[in-house]
Order: sequence, then C-alpha cells, then structure tokens
Amino acid sequence: MNKRTGWALPYFIFLVLFVVLPLLLIVVYALQDGSGHFTLANLGKFFTDRDSLSTFALSIEVAIENTVLCILIGYPAAYILADKNLNRSAVTVVLFILPMWINALMRTLATAELFTMAGIQLGKGTLLFGMCYDYLPFMIYPIYNQLNKMDKSYAEAAQDLGATPREVFRKVTLPLSMPGVWSGVMMVFMPTVSTFAISEFLTNNKIKLFGTIIQENINNSMWNYGAALSLVMLIIIAITTMLQKEEPDES
Amino acid sequence: MKAKKVFARAYIWLLLVVLYAPIVFIAVFSFTEAKSLGNWTGFSMQLYRNLFSGAMQNSSALVSAVQNTLLIALAASIVATLLGTLAAIGIFNMKGKKRQTMTFLNNIPMINPDIITGVSLFLLFVFLHISQGYLTVILAHITFCTPYVVLNVLPKLSQMNPNVYEAALDLGATPAQALRKVLFPALRPGMISGFILSFTMSLDDFAVTFFTRGTIGLDTLSTYIYADARKGGLTPELKPLMTILFLLVLVVLLVINMRQSKNNVKE
Repeated sequence: MNKRTGWALPYFIFLVLFVVLPLLLIVVYALQDGSGHFTLANLGKFFTDRDSLSTFALSIEVAIENTVLCILIGYPAAYILADKNLNRSAVTVVLFILPMWINALMRTLATAELFTMAGIQLGKGTLLFGMCYDYLPFMIYPIYNQLNKMDKSYAEAAQDLGATPREVFRKVTLPLSMPGVWSGVMMVFMPTVSTFAISEFLTNNKIKLFGTIIQENINNSMWNYGAALSLVMLIIIAITTMLQKEEPDES
Repeated sequence: MKAKKVFARAYIWLLLVVLYAPIVFIAVFSFTEAKSLGNWTGFSMQLYRNLFSGAMQNSSALVSAVQNTLLIALAASIVATLLGTLAAIGIFNMKGKKRQTMTFLNNIPMINPDIITGVSLFLLFVFLHISQGYLTVILAHITFCTPYVVLNVLPKLSQMNPNVYEAALDLGATPAQALRKVLFPALRPGMISGFILSFTMSLDDFAVTFFTRGTIGLDTLSTYIYADARKGGLTPELKPLMTILFLLVLVVLLVINMRQSKNNVKE
C-alpha cells in the first residue's frame, strides 16, 4: 500500500521544477537589478510611479466590477439551470460552456467589432461588457455544480418547517452554494486583473490593465521590473486565497 | 409557477443569444468576401475556397499555426493525463502532511493567472539558459493542465474498491499488468474528462504560450490572431476557419451528450 505513494514522485519533481522554482525566480528577479545585485528599487519604482499605480488601481476596480457583474448575471442563470423544474435538458448547460471552445481572442475581436458596428465608442463600458462576456461561463459553471451537488432535502425541510421561498433561498440555498460562488470569484477576479490581449482589443488600446504593463516590460527585456510587478500580483493572489480559505470555516 | 417558468426560460435564452452573438457574427461574415469583419459585400464562398485551396496571403503561416495548436494540445494533454493519473494514485494513498503538501502544490497552477504562469516559466527558461520553442511551450502547457487531471481522477479512486488492485497482485499480476487491467479501466472516465479539459485549455491558451514560445517564430492560433489583430488586418480566412471549428465542436459535444443521456436512460 505504502509503496504506491511513490507514484506521485514524478509529479512532485515536476511541480518543484516548473511551479515552485519559477515562482521563486519571480521573487529573485524582482529583488535584483540588471547586474544581479540585491535591490528594492524595482518594488520602490512601482510604489512611486503614478502611471503604474493608477493602472493597478483601475485593474482592481475593473476586476471588482466584472466579478460583481458576473455574480449578478451568472447566479440566477446557474440557479435556473440547476433547478429540475425549470430546466430539464443537460444540453442547455453544454450550450453555456460551448463558446469557450472558440478562441477567446477571436470572440473578443468579434465583440469589439459588434460594438463598433452598433456605433458604441470603445472604452471602459465596452471593456466591462466584453470581460463579463468572456468570464461569465467561469462563474456559472462552478455555481451550477455546487447547486447540483447540494442535498435538496435541506431546502425541502426548511420549506416543511414553514419558511417562505425567499427565506429558503436566503437561509439555506445561498449559504450552501457559497463555495461555488467562491471558486467562480477565483476564476474571474485575478484573471481579469491580469488580462492583456482582451483589454487591448476591447478598448482599442485606450485602456491599459495591469497585465499589459507586465507584458510590455517583459517583452522589452525589463525582466526585473516585470518580475516586481508580477510579485505584486502574487502577493494579492496569496491574500485572496487565504481569505477564501477562511470563509468555509465561518459557516 | 407558470410565470416563473416562462421568466426563467426567457432569461436563459436571452443570455444565450447575447453569448452567441459574436460567434454568429463571425459565421455570417464568413460568407462574404470583404476583408474587415462587419463589412457585407454580398454572399460568397470565396473565403472557404481560399482556405481549402491555400490561395491566400500567408496561408502557410495560418496552416502551421493550426497544426502547432493541435500538436501542442495533443502532446501536452497526453503527458498531463499520464503524469496526473499516476500522481492521483500516489496522492490518494498519502496521508497527513504529505497529502496536504501535494494538494497545496497541485492547487498553485490552478490559482495562478495565466500571466503569472507565463512570466514565471519564462524566467525559469531564461535562468536555465533553455532556448524557447516547442518543448518549452509543451512543458508550460503540461504545467497548467496536469492539476485538472489530478482533480478529475481522484474522485474515481475513492469510488473504486481499494482491494481489487491488491487482489490482482495476489493472483499473480505484475504491478504493470494490474495497472493496465485493473486500475486504468476503473479510472478511465476521470482520465478522459481530464484529457478533454486539458486539450481544450491548451487549445484556448494565449498568455502562457505567448511568454514561452521564444523568438523562433513559433505561432499557435492564439498568438497568430493576436499578432494579426495588432498589425491591423485580420486574415479574412480566419472567419471560415473559426466557423468550421465551432461546428465541429458543436457536433462532437451534442453527440457525446446524447450518448450520455441514452446511457442514463438505460441505467
């Protein structure tokens, strides 16, 4: 029995080499100058550069708005799809995932083109709409899964005990579906902060998000500053992940 | 109740219409000759003819981008499926700290946004002086695909009877035989869904490929489209290509789905 734990060894080595080491390298490069000496200048540059800071703030803002929008639109959709009385066919669920098989860049270009044709100026509004578009399936699917997995007898018991449908939803269904909402948030929030191509297409390069400056720095061989910007993102990921871990303990 | 049902249906269909609008848009404008997307110059199959006869500008670049996309996705998801299945068996048999560590490490690539995966691997290859190309892109894709295989195979392991494998060994099977004849068949559904998930994620990836493909001019469909759009003019033949790919996926998914629901009815 014990011997078989060794079957995970190749993957463990792979993870150390291709996940842990690369992340450590982000930290190392972020704390070095071009000639390999230790410095805090890269991080200092980020915290004193008005442009980077405002791009960063805007990215967080757009990501929060996009996440909230995806929850508001996606939750009812997931709820309807998971309700056997309202939706009987599994094909409808497949239809929601299907667009993900079409290249995301191509879909985004078509969306931007549709806006232009409708005479809508490309800007923050179109950016938000297009982002919501791209990420909505990532919100719907985990919530749908969670609702589907849920033991229906809790809701029925609440109903039998005299709860109104609204109370059943607020006190039983919603709290039980929160893990799904959280995984949806993880799949929408950080990716929104870090997208680069999608935001460029949707605003015709008028609005830069954080991902774009990381990409520009790396591509212009400013590896150390690019790594410092990535490190800032890594820290936020660590914080949000820890926040998420604490959430289930409360309930 | 009835009103609620109508409202729910309407909501779902409205969302689907909005979600599919860009795809329908691409499909409609694949049947006209105009270069730019929203420009209708009359019905024509010219773009389809160009696509198949190769009579278009930089046709070889587009063809090789499609080939690269498929080859990379295939190689990455095969390796990810094997690596991830073995890992899942190992993790399943672990306890306590060891298991926690592996689960934690396995979660990192799923939590990391593409750009972090891309940048960190780029730095790794620079640091190790590995020249970037096919191999580095495939390695990078294996990195973000394998965790999903592990997550798909683990539940199948807890569903199966743990004694069957031991029984096979007791009856004289070699570990390799027991693996092939007992474990793999039981885990197959998880492996297949892990494989499909890996394949589609690899097909759709842009950011990770972008950072790990190096400067040898390696293009996948995503990086090709990105470069094309930045230059200003999208290759018009991409429209029929996308339309055909979409129809293919639609048919495959519907067939899989119908077979599944048929099986459910049988059971």
